Amino acid sequence: MSELLQFLLSGVTVGAVYALVALGFTIIYNASDVVNFAQGEFVMLGGMTTVFVHAAGAPLPLAVLAAIVLTAALGVAMNKLAIEPARGAPVVSLVIITIGASIFIRGAAQLIFDKQIHSFPAFSGDDPIRIMGATILPQSLWVIGGAVAVFIGLWLFFTRTLLGRAVLATSNNRLAAQLVGINTTFVMTLSFALSAGIGALAGVLVTPITLTSYDVGLGLALKGFAAAMLGGMGNPKGALVGGLALGLLEGLTAGYISSQYKDAAAFIVILAVLFFLPQGLFGRKSTDRV
Amino acid sequence: MLLVEGLRARYGRIEVLHGLDLAVNSGEIVTVIGANGAGKTTLLRCLSGVHPVAGGTVTFRGEILTGVPAWRRVGRGLAQSPEGRQIFTNLTVEENLRLGAYLFADERVEKDMADAFQMFPILKEKRNLVAGGLSGGQQQMLAMARALMGRPSCLLLDEPSMGLAPIIVAQIFDVVKALKALDVTVLLVEQNAFGALKIADRGYVMETGRITLDGPAEELIADPRIREAYLGI
Repeated sequence: MSELLQFLLSGVTVGAVYALVALGFTIIYNASDVVNFAQGEFVMLGGMTTVFVHAAGAPLPLAVLAAIVLTAALGVAMNKLAIEPARGAPVVSLVIITIGASIFIRGAAQLIFDKQIHSFPAFSGDDPIRIMGATILPQSLWVIGGAVAVFIGLWLFFTRTLLGRAVLATSNNRLAAQLVGINTTFVMTLSFALSAGIGALAGVLVTPITLTSYDVGLGLALKGFAAAMLGGMGNPKGALVGGLALGLLEGLTAGYISSQYKDAAAFIVILAVLFFLPQGLFGRKSTDRV
Repeated sequence: MLLVEGLRARYGRIEVLHGLDLAVNSGEIVTVIGANGAGKTTLLRCLSGVHPVAGGTVTFRGEILTGVPAWRRVGRGLAQSPEGRQIFTNLTVEENLRLGAYLFADERVEKDMADAFQMFPILKEKRNLVAGGLSGGQQQMLAMARALMGRPSCLLLDEPSMGLAPIIVAQIFDVVKALKALDVTVLLVEQNAFGALKIADRGYVMETGRITLDGPAEELIADPRIREAYLGI
C-alpha cells in the first residue's frame, strides 16, 4: 500500500511537470495552430538560467524571476524573428521552423552555459515528508503547487478577463477575431510569452529534483507532447489530465515493471492515442455546421 | 465615406484585383455584383485589412487606410460580416455578440445587444446556445449582428444570402434595407444580383478583378447586359 502511494506521489510530481509543458504546447497551438517543438528548450532555459544567475551571486528568488522573464522574452523573440516572418506558410513549415529554433537554442545554450549537469538548492530543504509510509520531497510539493497555481491563474485569465477572451476568440477563429477588433498579432506575442514563461517555471521548479543541463529540453518536449496529445491538443484541461495521467503511468511503470521502461510509457501512449483516439481525451469536437 | 482608388491585390504572384475604383457615399447601400471568382471577397478583405493591398489606396472617412491594421479599422467604424459567416463556433450566441463589441466596455453594449435581438429575435431565443449549432441562416444573422455590435458607420457584407432559403434571404435583405434608418452605410457584395440590386441605391458589376459597369441600381436592373448575364432573364 505504501509502495503504491510512493509510486503515485512520484508520478504526480513528474505529471505536474508534463502538464506544464503540455500547457505550453496548448497555448501556442491555440494561438497559431503550430506545435512548438522548442517548448522543451524553454523548460531547459528556466533551469539553466536560474543556475547561472544564482551562481553569479543573485539570490535564488531573483534568479528564478530573471530566468522566467528572460525565457519569456526569448519566446517573444522567437515568434517575432522566426514565426511571424513566415506567416502564411503551411503549418508544417512552421512546425519545422520550431524544430530548427529548438536545435539553435540547445546549441546556443551549450556555448553560453556549458555541458555540465547543474542544480540549485531546493526551495524548502531536502528533508522528505512522510505520508502514510511513503515519502515526498518538499520540492515536489513546490512542483505540484506551482502547476496548480498556473492552471488556476490561466483559467481565471481565460474566463474572467477581456484579454483572455480575445485569446480564446483568436484560437477559435483568427479571421473573425481580427474583424471584431482583436489585435491577433499581439495575441500571438502574448501566447509565446506565456508559453515560454510557463515552460521556464516548470524548469525552475523541477531542477532541484531532476537536475538540468543544456540537453534536457528534448526529452521534456516529447513527454509534454505525448501528454498534450493524450489530453487533446489545444485544450488546457486536456493538458492537465494528460500530463498527470502520463506521469502516473510512468511512475507505475517504473515501480512495478522497471525504471528502464518508464520512458517507453510516453511513446506507447503517443502511439495508442494516434491509433485509437486521434482527438485525445478532450480534443476539439467539431460542432461546425457548413 | 469610402473611396477605393486603383486597388490591386494578389494571391502569391497571381493578381486578382487589377486596379479597382469604387466609391460609397454616406447613407448609401451600394452593391458589388459579379460571378464567383470575380474578386468580390478579396475586395472586402482588402478593405478590412485582412488581405494585403498590392497597390492603390483605400480612403475611409477622409483617412487613408494604408498600413492601418485590421483590428484598428474596426475601431474607426469599418466592420465586416465576412464570407462564410466566420462566427466563433464554440462560443455561445451571446459571447459572439459580446466579442463583436470587444472594443467597447460601456453601458451601450447592453443596449446594442437588445437592438440586435430585436432585429433578429431568433438570436435572443438561442442566446445561450453554442453558435456552431445554429442553422446557416441563424449563423448569418449572428455574423451580421456581431458586426453591428462594433458600432460601424460602414458595414461590409459579404454574400449574406449564400446557401440560404429564399424566405431567409428576404428576411436578411429586409434587415440590410433597415440599416439605412440606423445611419449605417452598407457595401453589399452579392452573387444574388437581383436581390441585391433591388435594395441597393447604386451598383457595381465586377468581372475578373475589374469593375466593368456601374450605375444606379434601377438602371442596372433594367440593363439588358445585366439581365442576360446576371439576372437570368
